[in-house]
Amino acid sequence: MKFKRVKFKKIFIYLAIACCNGTGDVLLKRGMDNLGEIHLNHWTHIFNAFTDPWIILGILFLAGFFYSYLTALSWADLTFVLPATAFGYVVTAFLSRFFLHETVSPWRWTGVLLITCGVGLVARGPSLTERHIKDPALSKDSTLTKDALAKEHHELA
Amino acid sequence: MNSLKLWTAIGMLVLASSAGDVMLSAAMKRIGDLDAIRASKGLLAVVGHVIREKLFLLGLCCLIFSFFCLLTALSWGDASLVAPASASLTYICSAVMAKFLLHENVDRRRWLSAALVCVGVLLLVK
Repeated sequence: MKFKRVKFKKIFIYLAIACCNGTGDVLLKRGMDNLGEIHLNHWTHIFNAFTDPWIILGILFLAGFFYSYLTALSWADLTFVLPATAFGYVVTAFLSRFFLHETVSPWRWTGVLLITCGVGLVARGPSLTERHIKDPALSKDSTLTKDALAKEHHELA
Repeated sequence: MNSLKLWTAIGMLVLASSAGDVMLSAAMKRIGDLDAIRASKGLLAVVGHVIREKLFLLGLCCLIFSFFCLLTALSWGDASLVAPASASLTYICSAVMAKFLLHENVDRRRWLSAALVCVGVLLLVK
């Protein structure tokens, strides 16, 4: 019963982190294109950015990214969550190609492929080092018995 | 001399952002499952829990500092060098810090993944 929930949570949070990160960046880029180049002696122009709907949307997506990132960190290892942030680059590459119509070189696609492999590798593994406890109902410092740990590990894997 | 300056900025950027990530991770582990807190007490309680955690604020300061280092590094060097170099070094550095500071179980699978992601990010600028 718990197994399914954990698996769904893992996949969902990975997608949320990657999509929000990638989409947020692309939306910011789209908005900054509207705005034009910022010159250092007119740096206050940067505040015009906050009136651009693309930029506002981009910031909302990045806020969503930060929230899902923190949520993921609350129940998973840092080394489990980090590749998900890199997966955002993959989303960015696809969006740049099909939404911003930029050309993406074969080298970049190779990079995208490598990142995807890296993410796939970690995502298939356990999300948490076993000694931690996932259930907030249990107190933070209590330790689980070996049996419970093994069970937990099995469920996460 | 200039490249020394640039790499110092990149080094500081990498250290600051990895340290920030490690602190955020530790802070979130202390707070507990955010999903569970949100389900029982609502979103505002989550925000309250998070911003009252000192380690979180410290981590956030590190990330903000790393952002300024990034801006500085970008003003000294090409974006095509600075962005991927710092991003990929951050993955490796965070993995090392997670292993030794957070005592996470970084097995062969995770090292391999960190390396793949690191090379992948470097290839993105080609």
